[in-house]
Amino acid sequence: MTEEITMKKIDAFAERGNEITGHETHVEAKNFSLFYGNFEAVRKVNMQIPKRKVTAMIGPSGCGKSTLLRAINRMNDLIPSAHAKGEMIFDGHNIYGKNIDVVTLRARVGMVFQKPNVFPKSIFDNVAYGPRLQGMRNRQKLNETVEQSLRRAAIWDEVKDRLSANALGMSGGQQQRLCIARALAIQPEILLMDEPTSALDPKATAKIEDLIGVLRENYTLVIVTHNMQQAARVSDLTAFMYEGVLVEFGKTKQLFTNPKNPQTENYITGRFG
Amino acid sequence: MTLETRKLLDKAFSGLGLIAIGMMAAALLLILTPILWRGSKAFIFKGTIEHRRVMLEEFDRGNTDRFPAEMEKAKAAREPIYQILADFKAEMKTMERSTRGEYKSAYREVEQAITVLLGPAPGERTPVLMRQRYGQMRWDRTQIKLHEVLFSEEWDYSIPGAMGVLVETPRIEQFAGTKLEPLFHYMEEHIDEMMRPKTTFYWQFITDKSKDSHIFGGIWPEVLGTLYLTLGAMLFAIPMGVIAAIYLCEYAKEGRVVSFLRICISTLAGVPSIVFGLFGLAFFLNTIHVSDSKSVLAGSLTLSLLILPTLIRSAEEAILAVPRTYKEAALSLGAGRWHTILTVILPASLPGILTGIVISMGRAAGETAPIIFTAAVSVGAPLKIWETLNQPTPALPWNIYNLCTEHEAVDEIRHVQYGMVLTLVVIVLLLNMAAILMRARISKKLRG
Repeated sequence: MTEEITMKKIDAFAERGNEITGHETHVEAKNFSLFYGNFEAVRKVNMQIPKRKVTAMIGPSGCGKSTLLRAINRMNDLIPSAHAKGEMIFDGHNIYGKNIDVVTLRARVGMVFQKPNVFPKSIFDNVAYGPRLQGMRNRQKLNETVEQSLRRAAIWDEVKDRLSANALGMSGGQQQRLCIARALAIQPEILLMDEPTSALDPKATAKIEDLIGVLRENYTLVIVTHNMQQAARVSDLTAFMYEGVLVEFGKTKQLFTNPKNPQTENYITGRFG
Repeated sequence: MTLETRKLLDKAFSGLGLIAIGMMAAALLLILTPILWRGSKAFIFKGTIEHRRVMLEEFDRGNTDRFPAEMEKAKAAREPIYQILADFKAEMKTMERSTRGEYKSAYREVEQAITVLLGPAPGERTPVLMRQRYGQMRWDRTQIKLHEVLFSEEWDYSIPGAMGVLVETPRIEQFAGTKLEPLFHYMEEHIDEMMRPKTTFYWQFITDKSKDSHIFGGIWPEVLGTLYLTLGAMLFAIPMGVIAAIYLCEYAKEGRVVSFLRICISTLAGVPSIVFGLFGLAFFLNTIHVSDSKSVLAGSLTLSLLILPTLIRSAEEAILAVPRTYKEAALSLGAGRWHTILTVILPASLPGILTGIVISMGRAAGETAPIIFTAAVSVGAPLKIWETLNQPTPALPWNIYNLCTEHEAVDEIRHVQYGMVLTLVVIVLLLNMAAILMRARISKKLRG
């Protein structure tokens, strides 16, 4: 049953992947490298991520796809030895430039992590965290934002009666959607997702994938995934990375049906990885 | 290793564990039982009429309607004693000089012992010292003092191989044939009527001031002083400790300076408390002059230094135990570093920090050495809150030591010493319990 639906979806999304024509670039990596100490985790990547499309990044473990994703909102800054070379251009600015305010950048580039990381606070406080940070104090406005965000993350109906309950009491899938709602509440332009379904069961995964299908209308989505079927199902564009190098980047349908690079073909056909 | 040996080892280890726990429980029981038993005697004891008189006259407490009648009865019971004493005095005057000399010193001993037991004789002028104005207030002490009336004590040093042997002779034999002879029988038989013991529940022991260096009254100044010192120490130590821990975990770059700092903190935790006391005297009082004399302020500051290392350590561990994902989540939502700490890291690490606070609070309440030179005095009035800035205070740990070693009537006030120990233990227990409850509530809130 699940399998059937999934197969259908692949077709549907992959079909759409073909329609991409003239698009706006939202984020662009130019000769971008990222080092952990001396180790070059991302090697001179050039990549244009289009606006309001879903871009998936695939590749074997340790290939640098997560690092590249986290480079887009500078989450790698948390690691003391990390430093970047080259340019990552967002809204006309190199985000690794000197005058960039990381806090503002992160408010415009939201992120959802591998494991649902809700705060040990109430559901409401979780979603309201970002807006409150930006100085929203008006209770009514907050209520509206929270409701809107929860609706967009398709979880409103499940939690509307228990907004004051602790978020840790929800199931893993609900928590992950709450994380998405929390990220949406700061009204980002880009939403980064780092293996958002790897800790979830198939049913919760299906819900998140549905959600991605809806969110693409309004947001630029970048999603890292280990699951190639998922990449095929949900994305418009797919990037294949291997050992820090961007091997191939193109329309999803094309990459999965007719890869240009033999390495990509080996990976997607399951010969390694 | 065969399965059999593994099973045997497993059993042996769980046995050892049980033994260890059993021994701990036994030790705890061994320590707590005498504290509870003897400490409770400060609160519940058989009080004599003298105790009720002290309560009425010095503390304005008691039944003013019934007391005079009761006192009259006691006085009536005591009347024959003073009559016998007067008769014997008259008899002594008729004696020959040599026999009179023989009886005179022995008689004086009896007279003194009776004064200690019953208080000054009627018609005598009121003594200056308060402790001499009243007879024995507790039934157990009454019986000891009665024994001193009935028996004369002498040390016999003539026995070889012994340092000295206490020989007790009944005074009734000394005075056989005189008019004093009936006194001893009378006292033995009528002591109940003279002292009228009654089971007394004296909970005001905690809230009464002490009078005449703890011979009368309770321990309120000590209790209050301990609370001031403990809370004062926490007031200084908690912000300092938590901020230091946040800095070490979140801001400081790992390097030589930070590892050196950590070593210093660990070392500080091992410094003997008396050294902290001397430092407090040298620095807070003599160098920066936080107050002119010893004061609660200086004591609190010294205690806060003492508990700082424990606090920093536990706060650091609590902060490091907060999942990194919380921090990532907050940062990805656009929170600055400071905001992340304030809204996410601190709330999540609060239970752990509270544990550290619990441990150090118990320590601050019970430490003696740091306050000897900086805050504690043996006798004092309860302080008003603003007086803590420049005045010293009595405090339980110091006064327990002081009453056991330096008091002029150590044996008379055993119940006060044990009462103080019990009170201190209970205060620490209550403080800890409050913190544990708070901790449980917060963790429950965090867990959902």
